[in-house]
Amino acid sequence: MSTTQNILRPAQRTDMAPAESIPWVRYALSTLALLIIALFLILPLVAVLFEAFREGVGAYVDAITDPYTGHAILLTLITALICVPLNTLFGIAAAWCIARFQFPGRSLLTTLIDLPFSVSPVIAGLVFILIFGSQGWFGGWFAGHGFPIIFALPGIVLATMFVTLPFVARELIPLMQEQGAEQEEASIMLGASAWRMFWTITLPRIKWGLLYGIILCNARAMGEFGAVSVVSGHIRGATNTLPLHVEILYNEYQFSAAFAVATLLAGLAIVTLIIKSIVEWRQQRQWENASS
Amino acid sequence: MSQRRSLLPGFGLSLGVTVFTVSLLVLIPLLALVTKSAELSLGELWHTLADRRVLAAFRVSFSTAFAAAFLNLFLGLIVAWVLVRYPLPLKRAWDSLIDLPFALPTAVAGIVLTTLYSPNGWLGQFFAELGIRVAFTPLGITIALIFIGLPFVVRTVEPVLQDLDRQQEEASTSLGASRWQTFRRVLLPPLVPALLTGFSLAFARGLGEYGSVIFIAGNMPMKSEIVPLLIVTKLEQYNYPGATVIALASLVVAFVMLLIINGLQQWTRQRTGRD
Repeated sequence: MSTTQNILRPAQRTDMAPAESIPWVRYALSTLALLIIALFLILPLVAVLFEAFREGVGAYVDAITDPYTGHAILLTLITALICVPLNTLFGIAAAWCIARFQFPGRSLLTTLIDLPFSVSPVIAGLVFILIFGSQGWFGGWFAGHGFPIIFALPGIVLATMFVTLPFVARELIPLMQEQGAEQEEASIMLGASAWRMFWTITLPRIKWGLLYGIILCNARAMGEFGAVSVVSGHIRGATNTLPLHVEILYNEYQFSAAFAVATLLAGLAIVTLIIKSIVEWRQQRQWENASS
Repeated sequence: MSQRRSLLPGFGLSLGVTVFTVSLLVLIPLLALVTKSAELSLGELWHTLADRRVLAAFRVSFSTAFAAAFLNLFLGLIVAWVLVRYPLPLKRAWDSLIDLPFALPTAVAGIVLTTLYSPNGWLGQFFAELGIRVAFTPLGITIALIFIGLPFVVRTVEPVLQDLDRQQEEASTSLGASRWQTFRRVLLPPLVPALLTGFSLAFARGLGEYGSVIFIAGNMPMKSEIVPLLIVTKLEQYNYPGATVIALASLVVAFVMLLIINGLQQWTRQRTGRD
């Protein structure tokens, strides 16, 4: 399971122009790589914008300002506002006990934290229906007490929590393991309280890794489709998140409107990538400063 | 070591929070999946899984996820190689863009790929002239899964390429090996474990992928219906046992696949004598 550890992060690089490489091979491969990037990554982004404005700016503005779109934006923001802070706290707690202590079952716990990455989002939604759905273990009880979970906000939050669970923890665990515990131990021996140690030693040293995890967690929380789609029930103006709203518009052949709403999510993706690059750059500098 | 570590505070609290959350969100839900399946008799189990439509969905999901992960081995290796080794204008921007499939919501990827590859779309029209239908066929599913899986291969290969000892390549060339021989005998062996990891991650993701696939797939039973969609269809028909059994089967199969690939990885590492 540790094989996936570095996958979300490009390593630091040094540009080397190999003296021995044959020029035409270099040009051919570079062209091919740029072609792959253009075809698979840039073209889809351009197409989203193009399709969104196909029927003019007026139609775009109408689609964005539609009350149902507004409600979907609100629901997506609420979901992220609940899930991201909770998963941040979980990630810090998980990284603290896994990276700083030895205990039986530690590697099992790590595997369980990683598990949501390898489970289909559809299955992530299904399991909560099995527990909280009308025929589920506790579904009748919750619904009977006026607190339905499936086809309501709590179900959306649970499914989103499931798919985003590993993001912060798996960013922090390798980072904290690499940093070691010496500075924290020193602060405790010198009489600092646990609270003070956390705020003055632990947090400043993990802040960029933490931010990195939070950004990716947020992007997934706002963009999750499969898991949320299974538990939400697609009730417009009630349980429709932005990605689900895109689907509904698209299936109703309102293509321009679907793409207009999709630009909001594509914008979120671009902003995520930009912040991610900045964080990577800062983190690299922090490493270099620490090692020099 | 353990003596020194016990100096630090917060073990009980952090472990408690972690175990509680993992139990609530991961352990109990997956147990529900197993116990719900166990309520069925073996005959019912067999009846659900041996259904022709279910088998066809497994075949579609497997072949497309495999084809996409396999093609991504080549596409990903080329992109990673160029990004690590060659000077390129705007390299940082290209490199950041590699993660787009991780950051772009899958529903958006799904509708835009469908539009691009539909018979009158920007790319689909060229295929249409050749008489090839992309959207609404397994080929379309494969394209969507290539998009989703590309960063997995690039991001696992990149760090290994960076850490490679350039002197070995230089030694190989100065000893008279051709570029191709150097590539095959010096460069490729240490890359194989990373490539296998990238492959298995892309493959696993492809098996479970839903959002980016359902728009472009066309979802015709027996032809272009994927396993996750079949689970959703069973759920919509309130056939919870059916959905549960298919879900559990696909989890088990994915898990076995990952075990095999992990074993293969160990084997290549031992064979090439690298850690």
